[in-house]
Amino acid sequence: MAHVSIKSLQKSYGTVDVLKDIDLEVEDGSFVVLVGPSGCGKSTLLRSVAGLEAVNGGEISIGGKRVNDLAPAKREIAMVFQSYALYPHMNVEKNMGFGLRFAGTPKAEIDARVTEAARILRLEALLKRRPRELSGGQRQRVAIGRAIVRKPQVFLFDEPLSNLDAALRVNTRVEIAKLHKLLKATIIYVTHDQVEAMTLADKIVVMNQGRIEQAGKPLDLYYRPANKFVANFIGSPAMNMVEIEVTGKNRMRTLAGDELALALPRGAKVGDRLTLGARPEHLSLGAPIKGLKGQLDLVERLGEVGYAHIDMPGGARFIVEVRGEIETGRGNGVGIVIDPKHVHFFDADGKALH
Amino acid sequence: MRSRFSTIAIHAVLLGYTALALFPIILVVMNSMKMKRAIFLSPLTPPGPTSFDLIGYHRVFADGAIGTYYMNSIIVTLGTIFFTLLFGAMAGFALSEYKFRFSKVLGLYLSIGIMVPIRLGSVAIISLISGMNLINTLTALICVYVAQNLPLAVFILSEFVHQIPKDLREAARCDGLSEYNIFFHIVLPLLRPAMATVAVFTMIPVWNDLWFPLLLAPSNGKQTITLGVQQFLGQYVTDWNAVLAALSTAIIPVLIFYVLFSRQLIRGLTSGAVK
Repeated sequence: MAHVSIKSLQKSYGTVDVLKDIDLEVEDGSFVVLVGPSGCGKSTLLRSVAGLEAVNGGEISIGGKRVNDLAPAKREIAMVFQSYALYPHMNVEKNMGFGLRFAGTPKAEIDARVTEAARILRLEALLKRRPRELSGGQRQRVAIGRAIVRKPQVFLFDEPLSNLDAALRVNTRVEIAKLHKLLKATIIYVTHDQVEAMTLADKIVVMNQGRIEQAGKPLDLYYRPANKFVANFIGSPAMNMVEIEVTGKNRMRTLAGDELALALPRGAKVGDRLTLGARPEHLSLGAPIKGLKGQLDLVERLGEVGYAHIDMPGGARFIVEVRGEIETGRGNGVGIVIDPKHVHFFDADGKALH
Repeated sequence: MRSRFSTIAIHAVLLGYTALALFPIILVVMNSMKMKRAIFLSPLTPPGPTSFDLIGYHRVFADGAIGTYYMNSIIVTLGTIFFTLLFGAMAGFALSEYKFRFSKVLGLYLSIGIMVPIRLGSVAIISLISGMNLINTLTALICVYVAQNLPLAVFILSEFVHQIPKDLREAARCDGLSEYNIFFHIVLPLLRPAMATVAVFTMIPVWNDLWFPLLLAPSNGKQTITLGVQQFLGQYVTDWNAVLAALSTAIIPVLIFYVLFSRQLIRGLTSGAVK
């Protein structure tokens, strides 16, 4: 397995820049997840590493070797496509061994590797079937098997779970995590699903508009987002945000006039306009006497927890995690209590302040 | 729900058309099995015990050259199908897979051939073929027919190549296949229904053509079956029994090819219509 290093990578389609100066290190054997809204460039980045897209500038190296000008097959990568891209006219066995056949691998070796991959992925009984005779989950496993038999330096996954139904998605997610441990493989994985990102990744890379917003361990991104975008993107429901004005030492006022007392970041001066952010699980409901105040709109009950949707003055909406019963009804005023240990502040450019 | 009336109407039209299309063929087959007198006296009656006669078939098979003519037709037709499909699929693949500066213009240029009948260029073709010393060869016929059929083949096949998911080709690229191997091992197998369609469209006009065999390969035992039949049409005497028998047997190879391709053909036509 190998280390992947991307340095100031540029890619544009005509005048549209889709990747702007991307720097990324993927350590040997690590599981890196690229995540971001659609159109953020995450798939393009993956395809650039695969060699399916030519880049306009920068350098990609795999295992210390510059691969910019190498054909996909020479990069020792294996890609699992969102559509699985199984060859429809070949059975499972041929699908998996196809690449090796063209690499001139001896027949016995191909058979051994295919059998081994089939054992790992529990595909032994399906080896003679055509892709159209398989279910979605089975096709997915064949696609992964095709990647495994090639013993690549790096595995590339392009939204591999998005064509599966919810239950299967959870199962396959666990399978992929197990597989990573078993193969000790370097994996780059693209998804727009943050649950996949949080559960699978050693390192999450959040992308937006062709740039990397933040890269780090899943919980680091969760607890210490570098900016508003990451704070919003990671975590579900999203982080609540409200604009405040600093009125004194550790004192602030929302635009609606609610007074708050919380520890401000260093360097905050009186008169500064900042954004305060807090996650739903770090908020609780209280009496509408002091602090943030709003009107209860509805409560979503998910079973063990519920989410109270609160209309704030000025049109914003706060979501507060609640457990147990709520005394008050729809349309009534409620107060929001913020856990002072889990408050985030962002400056006017959206950068996090600590 | 389609009403009963419109179902009947549609079937009536289709049956009428079928009768119209089959009538001459049935007439030829019927009369090929009758005595000469009966052909002229009552051309529309089927062969009965008094008029039944296979003399035409005897004469056709007694003529040693007829076998050669059959062979020539089969070689020309199969050769044309093979090269039309090969080059058509290759060009279709190139036009839809690789976007280069003039790919659109080139595609348009190739499709002009669909609209311009190749026979307009007959004089130029004759001088070209004779310049290459290919007069009276089957090669000349195959070349001309491939040129004639290639535009439509490229047009149809490039549409079908377009429908093959891009991911498949990229997966093959990741698997380390060269572009030629992608074409032969991924694209070609998936184009099979489309190629059957093109094969049928190509085969029938080529098999039936009289024009180019007459111009380019009229003698030296290089005649195709349609041209070979002409020997029974004399200036003063025409051996109608033999002509009709030869034409009847000429139907058989086309029918066999058609049956071979037709299963694929139907899949090709429908898979093109419903995405």
